[in-house]
Amino acid sequence: MKTKEVGRPLDRVDGCLKVTGQARYTAEIPVGQVAYGVLVRSTIAKGRIVAYDTKAAEQAPGVLAVITHENAPKRHPTKEFDPSDKEPSASPTTLLVLNTDEVSWHGQPVAVVVAETLDQAEHAAALVRVSYAEAEPARLSLVAEKPRAFVPEKVLNEKPEVKQGNAEEALAAAPFKIDYTYTTPPYSHNAIEAHNTLAYWEGEDQLIVYDSTQYIFGVRKMLSEMFALSEENVRVVSAFVGGAFGSKGRAWPHVGLTAMAAKVVGRPVKVDLPRKDMFYMVGPRTPSEQRVALGADAEGRLQAVIHTGTTASSTSNTFAEHFSFVTRHLYASANILIQQKLVRLDMVPNTFMRAPGEGIGTFALESAMDELAYALRLDPIELRLRNEPGKDPTMHVPFSSRHLKECFAQGAEKFGWNQRNPEPRSQREGPWLIGQGVASAFYPANKRSAEVKVHISIDDTVVLQSATHEMGTGTATVQAQNAADQLGLPVGKVRFEYGDSLLPKANGSFGSTTTITVGGAVELACEDLKRQLLRLAVKHPSSPLHEASYDDLEARDNGLFYKDHPTQGETYAAILAREGKDSLEAQASFPAFLKEKLEEMAYSFHSFGAQFCEVRVHEDTGEVLVSRWVGVYDCGTILNEKTARSQFLGSVTMGIGMALWEETKWDLRDGRIPNSSLSEYHVPVAVGLPRIEVHALSIPDPHTPLGAHGAGEIAVTGAAAAIANAVYHATGKRIRNLPITPDKLL
Amino acid sequence: MRAFTYTRAADTSAALGAAIQNPEAKFIGGGTNLVDLMREEVERPNEVIDINRLPLSQIEELPDGGLRLGALARNSHTANHLLVRQRYPVLTQAILSAASPQLRNLATNAGNLLQRTRCYYFYDITAPCNKRQPGSGCAAIGGFNRIHAILGTSEQCIATHPSDMAVALAALDATVQVQSANGQHSIPIEAFHRLPGDTPEQDTNLGHDELITAIDLPATPFATSSLYLKVRDRPSFAFALVSVAAVLKVADSQIKNVRLALGGVAHKPWRAHAAEEILTGAQPTAEIFRRAAEAELQAAIGYEHNAFKIELAKRTIVRALTTLTERHLA
Ligand SMILES: Cc1cc2nc3c(=O)[nH]c(=O)nc-3n(C[C@H](O)[C@H](O)[C@H](O)COP(=O)(O)OP(=O)(O)OC[C@H]3O[C@@H](n4cnc5c(N)ncnc54)[C@H](O)[C@@H]3O)c2cc1C
Ligand code: SF4
Repeated sequence: MKTKEVGRPLDRVDGCLKVTGQARYTAEIPVGQVAYGVLVRSTIAKGRIVAYDTKAAEQAPGVLAVITHENAPKRHPTKEFDPSDKEPSASPTTLLVLNTDEVSWHGQPVAVVVAETLDQAEHAAALVRVSYAEAEPARLSLVAEKPRAFVPEKVLNEKPEVKQGNAEEALAAAPFKIDYTYTTPPYSHNAIEAHNTLAYWEGEDQLIVYDSTQYIFGVRKMLSEMFALSEENVRVVSAFVGGAFGSKGRAWPHVGLTAMAAKVVGRPVKVDLPRKDMFYMVGPRTPSEQRVALGADAEGRLQAVIHTGTTASSTSNTFAEHFSFVTRHLYASANILIQQKLVRLDMVPNTFMRAPGEGIGTFALESAMDELAYALRLDPIELRLRNEPGKDPTMHVPFSSRHLKECFAQGAEKFGWNQRNPEPRSQREGPWLIGQGVASAFYPANKRSAEVKVHISIDDTVVLQSATHEMGTGTATVQAQNAADQLGLPVGKVRFEYGDSLLPKANGSFGSTTTITVGGAVELACEDLKRQLLRLAVKHPSSPLHEASYDDLEARDNGLFYKDHPTQGETYAAILAREGKDSLEAQASFPAFLKEKLEEMAYSFHSFGAQFCEVRVHEDTGEVLVSRWVGVYDCGTILNEKTARSQFLGSVTMGIGMALWEETKWDLRDGRIPNSSLSEYHVPVAVGLPRIEVHALSIPDPHTPLGAHGAGEIAVTGAAAAIANAVYHATGKRIRNLPITPDKLL
Repeated sequence: MRAFTYTRAADTSAALGAAIQNPEAKFIGGGTNLVDLMREEVERPNEVIDINRLPLSQIEELPDGGLRLGALARNSHTANHLLVRQRYPVLTQAILSAASPQLRNLATNAGNLLQRTRCYYFYDITAPCNKRQPGSGCAAIGGFNRIHAILGTSEQCIATHPSDMAVALAALDATVQVQSANGQHSIPIEAFHRLPGDTPEQDTNLGHDELITAIDLPATPFATSSLYLKVRDRPSFAFALVSVAAVLKVADSQIKNVRLALGGVAHKPWRAHAAEEILTGAQPTAEIFRRAAEAELQAAIGYEHNAFKIELAKRTIVRALTTLTERHLA
């Protein structure tokens, strides 16, 4: 395939719709007769509901229903989201919310109030009184629960432990070593678009749900289980999503409750979660406590690598966030010890947040690498280069592609790393202490499954269809570019329809998998279409392609042409016209063959990067400003320079937020989240950000569709460590507990 | 939100009349604080009296060379007013360090003084809070209190007043002009906000049926040498952990005049009289700055998460005074 469109910094195909307000998000879908639902949150973290007093709420103006577990329609259990299922349900919890008197986290919905207007529903919800019996004290502290921590059966789809050689012994014997504990706090999701759901029923058993989700088929599966419907009877639509970052991969309790409320009032019901409810009803990133111990010889070669630690899940889910994955693949060592433990807390079920696992894992590992570099008096980049593995250090297979060295080389050059004096506290400007830090970025390049249908008309317009998602990531744009090249057409001819369960099935859009997965399916579907077209042409002696075989041809100029006879070929329009057809379509699934599956096991698929930053720390007040950023990323072919760049910028921004500002506070007395508002939960703001310079190597991975990897998460990883390393360089103070707030530097 | 009646007052006496008639009514200025609190059902007025049509938006010079800031002048207008910028830079800096441009375009000067604490538990109607519901307890004392007070607290309440503007006003010895049915009177800024004591539900000494009409700034020629330093968790759009408003006149290597006020540390803007006393007449040195700061914070009490504010306040005082002194020398 010749690429003309792929790689170009094409404007988003939906950009104009978005900036002119024409893109309709879930909360804006017009439906007649809609009623508004507001959820009542529990005010205890653990116990039972003893009684409700709903009289005042029922009598409040406009109220249509007050639904509690005592009067709610029956719902069925839903299987928790399990990544090892082929098509997992999007259920975040196994708890029978609103069909049980059990309370298992503070803020769990315990009633739904439905009214004619949103204001009426909000007011009536505030009038609902619930009394509880608190049996035993809630378990809310990861630290306090550590004695009861256990090794979970698996961590995502991998083993919770890796033991290679004898790491503890090697550590003890190593001439240079560091051994520290790093902690990360819980973080809450705060996409600009809140979580919204609109549901209505047609007849007894047809359910239609508009939902801000990044996993349409997971929501469909969960709802079909919850209401005992066949999957075909549930339609889920998610046209535009205003940011997801993992939060919309699971269907939080309001989704099922909206459908339930619609059943009760016999009308469409809409629930738009208020910001506060997002803190209580959408899972956070788990808190973590991680030990990293590294031992090295005098040359800086790693003799021992230990990465162990604990994360939390809730009592009704089992997700052990995979902080240790990075250490399984990043650096070479004969002696590696990895172990993950889990505690269960009485909290809202935890979930994915942009770069789950690696986001927090790289903070610990890459801080530790910096500490080791200082112990060795070795440049931190040099230390990393000396530990580049020839093969994946724990899978023992080659990397499909790995260019971390080039990332460091380019980054160092652009950042001016070599001018840096490694001595801590050696640079200042007035009261500002200045420091520079570096870290590796690392993220898997996984694939999922998707089906794509491609439809070509005689006027050369192409429609792609797949029930994937557009969360602002640029999927619709890059796949139009992809199909345009596959078919040799201008990109303006291609339209992508997505976001509806009536379209061909696609997996959830998470884990930076959509680009490769949907891209692979587009490639296969287009190939099938071209082969069909060729078969039509070959039949006819009058066709210039009469003698052609597929491999002789290439797609260009709206048709199929001989590679070595540029003028010889036929347009799609001509092929179709001769057949008297006005269109043709093809459908394909990715991954298609055993070949891809075998390849999956023969290589280690990962993306890499180098993060460089400069910080200024006020010597009196401990305030930290990030003043410069250079990131260089190795994540395969870049399909669209512009949308990829946006992903990198957004990721670095989230990494800075994670390092300096964000933290969900849990009141350990009752599980309340005191800072559950955007005024007190500090997400990044533009004034706090430097100019962020990002570059991509754009070296194709020979073993992935289009040579691409996803680009949505890699640039979160390593960011927090680069900042902590720069803060150390500026101040001589090592902060191992995020976020790095002023008090920690006083 | 609870349902309420909306009344638009045509003039001051109509506004006061409506407030006298209904003890549950509330004035509304920009609404940036009141509406938030109404949505959370922390404030539950059954009537809102809109005062935005009242002619109180002017900023005018007073005969003695001071300035009168209209109660309804917007924060952004006030901060950017030429005379404010020239004569009271500390006030401009304080206002511009607060909130966001959108909020400052709406927020009024009177509303800013009367904004309520940002204590997390005050905002959550399911938590005990003596300020919101007298006698229910204080969830902050044994809970998260990172943003809470270290000076002038009581066993009932350890909340802070969140305004930046008010801290600058405290350093400038402003007076609040108040209109009631009985006529006009003024309250010095220091006597305007209260310490929590046993009545944390009362933030200020302003009566329910009293209307703020203006804030007066006395002529203070040396206020051209002034500074607002705000330390916060995020470089923009965050409330102060600690802030310092400082006005300093140095001549002949001697501190002739000094005014210091602290924000983020108490239930009211905290005028640092003890520090001022030590500084006045002294030579401006790092040692004396530190000694003054120590004296001011001597009575400070830290709680589980906010003890760091004690040292932070001291350092911020020293930094503010050092910066102003260096400017004098330069
Ligand atoms: C996200 C966010 C961040 C913020 N950050 C900061 C910050 O960093 N620093 C800071 O200082 N502030 C900050 N603020 C607060 C902001 O400054 C205040 O909300 C604003 O100043 C209030 O002014 P207003 O006119 O909108 O008041 P309103 O909300 O209209 O009124 C507030 C109170 O004043 C009363 N009132 C209003 N006018 C009068 C009058 N003339 N006479 C008597 N009573 C009156 C009302 O009855 C009400 O009780 C922030 C606010 C938000 C929402
Ligand atoms: S500090 Fe004051 S405002 Fe906060 S909970 Fe205690 S009483 Fe309420």
